[in-house]
Amino acid sequence: MSGLKIALVMAAALGLGACSNAAWDDTRFGGSGAGAGAAGSVSDPTSPAYFQQAIGDRVLFAVDQSTLSPEAEATLQGQAQWLLSNTDYNVTIQGHADEQGTREYNLALGARRANAAREFLISQGVAGNRIQVVSFGKERPLEICSAESCYAKNRRAVTVLASGLTG
Amino acid sequence: MRTYLARLAFYGLTLCAVALVAAGPGAAQSTGPLRIEIDQGVIEPLPYAVPDFIPDTAAAAEYASLIARVVAADLSGTGLFREVPASAHISKITGFDDPVKFADWKAVNAQALIAGAVSVNGRQLTVRFRAYDVFAENELGGGLQFSGTTDGWRRMAHKVADAVYSRITGEGGYFDSRVVFVSETGPKNERRKRLAIMDYDGANVQYLTNSDAIVLAPRFSPTGDRVLYTSYETGFPQIHVLDVGKVQRRILSTDDGIMSFAPRFSPDGRTVVYSQSQGGNTDLFTMDIASGQRARLTTAPSIETAPSFSPDGSQIVFESDRSGAPQLYVMPASGGAAKRISFGSGRYGTPVWSPRGDLIAFTKQNKGRFHIGVMRTDGSEERLLTASFLDEGPTWSPNGRVIMFTRETQGASGRALLYSVDISGRNLKPVRTPDGASDPAWSPLQN
Repeated sequence: MSGLKIALVMAAALGLGACSNAAWDDTRFGGSGAGAGAAGSVSDPTSPAYFQQAIGDRVLFAVDQSTLSPEAEATLQGQAQWLLSNTDYNVTIQGHADEQGTREYNLALGARRANAAREFLISQGVAGNRIQVVSFGKERPLEICSAESCYAKNRRAVTVLASGLTG
Repeated sequence: MRTYLARLAFYGLTLCAVALVAAGPGAAQSTGPLRIEIDQGVIEPLPYAVPDFIPDTAAAAEYASLIARVVAADLSGTGLFREVPASAHISKITGFDDPVKFADWKAVNAQALIAGAVSVNGRQLTVRFRAYDVFAENELGGGLQFSGTTDGWRRMAHKVADAVYSRITGEGGYFDSRVVFVSETGPKNERRKRLAIMDYDGANVQYLTNSDAIVLAPRFSPTGDRVLYTSYETGFPQIHVLDVGKVQRRILSTDDGIMSFAPRFSPDGRTVVYSQSQGGNTDLFTMDIASGQRARLTTAPSIETAPSFSPDGSQIVFESDRSGAPQLYVMPASGGAAKRISFGSGRYGTPVWSPRGDLIAFTKQNKGRFHIGVMRTDGSEERLLTASFLDEGPTWSPNGRVIMFTRETQGASGRALLYSVDISGRNLKPVRTPDGASDPAWSPLQN
């Protein structure tokens, strides 16, 4: 803390649901995923690696939109099936925006995107209490060029697995 | 007594001002004809001279020149004043109470002259100054004296410059103020952000948080003693409040898993207005800071964010996409019917009410460019002050004449820096920061 005395006083109420705080230790900054290895082998269909790479852990969105494309729905169907048969895992869906927009609006837009993915998983039978959402707005781009080729990959909702939360 | 840390945050707090007795006969006129009318659109900056101050004691020698240089940087930095450099001076100020040789200053066309003296006793530093209207040959307002600790010498220079600026423009000053901002390091896809605070001119940077969690958009309380900001410390964006003097912080929004962001203080400092996202929908809420009691202000399924109170506390301007694209709206501070005020082409965001109450600054996105602009509070007389790949997040100087904002450059090596611009659209310039910087918030004038 470089000499700065920082006393964090958390309100007591925070303790209630704190079980989920480990959810994004691996992929804390946006679940960038590209090459980042999730646990296990891709050939093991019960592994997080399979979820991330074989099914696909992310869906992409059009500019300023949170509507799911047919491809996005197909990916989310795969995610839902996996979650229904691997009930030890909960998920946090991270919503992201490209850099075209103000910080505040993009936070709200990322929340919309993450929630669209959440609602779809719920419609496929995944229990709502297994799915948290968080928006990173434009804070954690995956690709860093300032062109549509990068923006298209940054407008995403990434489903990040967290294990052992139900116990 | 204050701790060492508290002194770090508020060095020179013992500062006090004393009016000086007039220099000599006929020099006590309170107002002269020397005046810049800012609203008239100044084309030619007013020439002035500020010779090195006179050291009254040996220990004051190092400060005498430094203080004059900071006064000059403040005044010339406004774009309204132009310094006549020391190399052009014919006359020297030899004694603080000696008669001024006006003819020598007229000869170099210095219309205003600032003369000062500095004394140091132990850790105590005292600055005296007088300002003169050279062509009228009289004093411009009375002399003033400021005292404080030696490590607060820059603040005393800013106080001198504020007094001179105020006497010549008729506006409040803004130099003795601070800026809280987000300091940025690291690559674009893994930016490390921490809260920092500095003087308005970039001096005396201190860091208030480490960079373990993303922090966003700090906002000063009306008295400058606290800062609201958004932090991902819990994994979710949530609102925290930081006591600047004690460097102590606590979380305000305590609902696990619910996102809260875009906080701002009410003008009385008791209430926070902010955005909360739930079920994908972002609405505006207020929270009473003491009791934690909350009230919902909006219920629309659209995005409502970036709220800002009017200075009288009666209204809130905010950004909403209820019409399809983000636009600006004004509603009563307790919620209720909102009136759209932005109608130009493009997308509008981050509205901020001026401390004078007369204007709203905003971010506008149009045809692939970003602008900082101002409009009257009813949305009329929109003027764009800047244009770039990405300008956003305006904040007002304490006197409502200058706007500071974030400018980010494009591409993989894109970097955010702070800029300031006069509300006339002139005097656009970068603000010095050690690293990348974003999300500035300007404090009120310090006491």
